[in-house]
Amino acid sequence: MTFYTAAVIAIVATALAISRKNAVHALLYLLVSLLAVALIFFVVGAPFVAALEVIVYAGAIMVLFVFVMMLLNLGPHSIEQERGWLTPRTWIGPLVLTVVLIGELLYAVGSRGPATTGPLVDSRQVGIDLFGPYALGVEIASMLLLSGLIGAYHLGRRRPGRS
Amino acid sequence: MTEPLRSIAVILLVLFGLLTVAALLVWLERRLLGRWQERYGPNRLGPFGLFQTVADTIKLLTKEDWVPPFADKPVFVIAPAVIMVTVLMAFAIVPFAPGLQVVDLNIGVLFFLGMSSLGVYSVVLAGWSSDNKYALIGSLRAAAQMLAYEVFMGLSLMGVVILAGSFSLVRIVDAQRGLWFCVPQILGLIVFANAGLAETRRLPFDLPEAESEIVAGYHSEYSGMKFGMFFIGEYLGVTLISAMVVTLFFGGWRGPWLPPVVWFALKTFVLVCGFILLRATLPRPRFDQLMAYGWTVMLPLALVNLVVTGAIVLARG
Repeated sequence: MTFYTAAVIAIVATALAISRKNAVHALLYLLVSLLAVALIFFVVGAPFVAALEVIVYAGAIMVLFVFVMMLLNLGPHSIEQERGWLTPRTWIGPLVLTVVLIGELLYAVGSRGPATTGPLVDSRQVGIDLFGPYALGVEIASMLLLSGLIGAYHLGRRRPGRS
Repeated sequence: MTEPLRSIAVILLVLFGLLTVAALLVWLERRLLGRWQERYGPNRLGPFGLFQTVADTIKLLTKEDWVPPFADKPVFVIAPAVIMVTVLMAFAIVPFAPGLQVVDLNIGVLFFLGMSSLGVYSVVLAGWSSDNKYALIGSLRAAAQMLAYEVFMGLSLMGVVILAGSFSLVRIVDAQRGLWFCVPQILGLIVFANAGLAETRRLPFDLPEAESEIVAGYHSEYSGMKFGMFFIGEYLGVTLISAMVVTLFFGGWRGPWLPPVVWFALKTFVLVCGFILLRATLPRPRFDQLMAYGWTVMLPLALVNLVVTGAIVLARG
């Protein structure tokens, strides 16, 4: 029951996040969707992933998005601009792709059968898995993050002679 | 009593207890600040001026509840509610005494961090929806400050988690049977207290609402009970951080002779008074000083603490 409620909220909130013209409102709907997904993770037995979803996605990345939007100070003119972009014709391409994806998803779910609960994966198990079978993935992700860090440092560096 | 009834009773007890405590804290802070500044503070209404908060609440409730015409109305209304909801939710995992706890999550510490990181939205959205330059500056400061200090708030707690071997707050309190974690985790305690101060946006870290530079910061446009909710949210935040410090570093409800709840309340009370004393003593830093302090002092300290704790636990086997 909790699973389906959270799932419906996630889908509706995501749809609203795409269709809203005010950027901050769209972001807030995306936030609701992320929280609903965190609840789904919690219900299917992955509390650690649920907590990380809230802390990292909802609590840090989305705040950064809002931060940038506040710096850009998007006003009414950007809503007009959005309105110009979101004409019915622009929906055709995404719609085709989405229908294909939904078809694949339905096929995948249909062949597996619904699973709204699973075995409990606690934080200890996540740690053992990360540094056991998935160690290579962790290392690759850390290298990716390191390159991002170096890139950000390079862009934000103060060069002598140029204030 | 059956299980659901008991849970509801605990929830109601915690909820009303906390709201009363927050209201009393407003009075306590004004009295203590008065004492430390050689004046009386509110002392007219009731014994020791205790009913001052009641009078203030009546005033806030009967004031005109004004939403500026240029504000983004739905976001403007939601913002003050967000801080109340996130802070009160975080209290759900605090063990006040054995059995007196709303829920014992096995990810307790992470739940607390998640709720405090969602609390940022309250301030950010309040500033954005007000459509006022001072409010916007205030919430920009709040977003930067809280994002930065959140990073090592999480890191500073990992030492405690390593020693206790669990994210569950009940297990963490149990692990402090012999020795409180404030001794082996003194660095973690220092970093967490600093980060907690920044998360609650209290002096000396109250740059988001620095009244001498940017009017009242993010809540410049708020009036009536909407302002009251930010106000009470701040005091609830102070109580939350104090309660978490007690639980994580000072043995929670543990202590001799007195009942556990009394010990918990006593320890929390002392820490809250410490918070107020800090406000009475320290000046406000510049924003770049605040950021430099965080990233160049607190972050290395938290990392050193984490690495050393991990190494010692590993070496001991």
